[in-house]
Amino acid sequence: MISRIFGWLFDPANTGAIVSRTLEHLQYSVVALALAALIAIPAGMYVGHTGRGRFAVVNLAGAARAIPTLGLLYLMVLLLGPRLTGDVAFLLPNLLVLVVLAIPPILSGTYAGIDEVDPAARDAAKGMGLTGREVLLRVEFPCALPLVFSGLRSALLQVVATATIAATAGLGGLGRFLIDGLAVRDFPQMAAGAILVAVLALLCDLVFGLAQRYAVSPGISGRTRRRTRRARRERDADSGASASRTERDRLDAGASAS
Amino acid sequence: MIEFDSVTKEYPDGTVAVGDLSLRAPTGEITVLVGPSGCGKTTSLRMINRMIEPTSGTITIDGEDSGSVDPARLRRGIGYVIQHAGLFPHRTIVQNIMTVPTLLGWDGGKAKARAMELMERVGLDPAFADRYPNQLSGGQQQRVGVARALAADPPVMLMDEPFSAVDPVVREGLQDEFLRLQSEMGKTIVFVTHDIDEAVKLGDRIAVLDVGGRLAQIASPAVLLAEPASDMVADFVGRDRGYRALAFTGGQVRADDEPTVPLGASVEDARAAAGGARWLLVLDEEGRPAGWVEPAKMAAPASADFLNRGGTVARADGSLRQALDAALSSPSGRGVLVSPDGALIGTVPAGRVVEAIEAERVHRTEGGAS
Repeated sequence: MISRIFGWLFDPANTGAIVSRTLEHLQYSVVALALAALIAIPAGMYVGHTGRGRFAVVNLAGAARAIPTLGLLYLMVLLLGPRLTGDVAFLLPNLLVLVVLAIPPILSGTYAGIDEVDPAARDAAKGMGLTGREVLLRVEFPCALPLVFSGLRSALLQVVATATIAATAGLGGLGRFLIDGLAVRDFPQMAAGAILVAVLALLCDLVFGLAQRYAVSPGISGRTRRRTRRARRERDADSGASASRTERDRLDAGASAS
Repeated sequence: MIEFDSVTKEYPDGTVAVGDLSLRAPTGEITVLVGPSGCGKTTSLRMINRMIEPTSGTITIDGEDSGSVDPARLRRGIGYVIQHAGLFPHRTIVQNIMTVPTLLGWDGGKAKARAMELMERVGLDPAFADRYPNQLSGGQQQRVGVARALAADPPVMLMDEPFSAVDPVVREGLQDEFLRLQSEMGKTIVFVTHDIDEAVKLGDRIAVLDVGGRLAQIASPAVLLAEPASDMVADFVGRDRGYRALAFTGGQVRADDEPTVPLGASVEDARAAAGGARWLLVLDEEGRPAGWVEPAKMAAPASADFLNRGGTVARADGSLRQALDAALSSPSGRGVLVSPDGALIGTVPAGRVVEAIEAERVHRTEGGAS
């Protein structure tokens, strides 16, 4: 079975279809994620900064998890399909579903990120004369980035996985291999389609992970710590030293030596 | 000068945080707001830069009503230091310090040069410039907080319990350096603390607030300790206020010559020098008091290892509190007095310090009467 799956995947006859389906899949996912981010990030920033609508965000995020994606897709197709023509009749419902799916994690990630910014940093920013907008853009949002990214990444995984259903509404994407394979009982094709979706999802996550590394300040991500054991020692000396810390340093040193 | 004119802050639920407060914080001085929790000291401070808006009354800064200025612009001209420093975690130390100059549109190079200069002044290693706040200790972070507040050289500084989140040893160092900085800069500072010792140490004037934001007394530290205006103030400044007030009393005490031996002196030399006295003072290589020994119990030459270091050392030109403490803490009962460079001047027994205190008091009251 496994060899038949790989046989299908590496069959030169399938390469063209794999590439074009992957690109379609990526296209649906990226457009949906971008639209969701355009809506959810500003909304999350507003809620996090002002505290208004906090209740709505928390409940919306919870409730949205319970929405049946496939059911929503069919509903959208039934409602919108007759009013639209051509590919758009299927594309739009499909995008809407993916956007609806992607909004809650991004919204709650952004909101939580901003909500969790150290109140002292926020107070200091305001007290030094930053306007509300400057506090949000220069302090709160950069500090919230790790959670914004985790919202984006979890939305991305869901969107890439779920974009598969586009095929059930007559569109392309990697879901085609699943639907078409099922129709003719070609299980290697189905399995290969599933593998491709998973690999695509992981690759996308990797790209976002790299972007996150680049975008988030080392002062927040904690990537500075390793280089600065010396600073920590100075810090301990300054604060009257904590035995447990030096103990841990010694353990660290022992671990790296072994 | 910052002036509160019948300022009241009342919350919608009817709680009065600050009630009809009128006080002045003179230019170039440190005015400390102190009081128990719930006395409205932080609220009062935060009304100065309009982080909180007063319900009624006016606050003027150098004659200008702060309520008439745009809040963000007002705050850029006022240094602001808070308890946990509140550094921006995503910015490096130097970027943190450059915050206000950048807001004011300074040229980048100028702002950076100013930030580096300030790091030096607050006692931070310039190597920290490109580090992030999470790589610094609490004490170091608070230095950055002070440097950041000073960056645009504001004439007024507001400090809300800036040193209370660090341990006592670091706190004392920060307080000393803060006083040194202030002696160079002469800012108009309003400083909030709940710690009366800190207030007495730092304040040129101390305003004691009572619950509900009522001014109980405003006075210099010495007057506050000597003449508390009410039971509440007396309670708050504490039981040993008589002793603490001595910190503000200078006075001459005559020092006796004290026999000494240098570190490393032999047992015989020590016994000869002590001449029968139980305790003998040992000096280090530079003639500074190192500690006490008991010649009768010595088995080896006087080494740094078995000195009794229980006694504190007072500067002869310091306060009578230091002198009395030196005498009380000394194992021999003789307080060690030194010159400003640490060299031994002599010793003084507690009784004589008390006589000096008494003489000083008589002198003061007679001076007051005439």
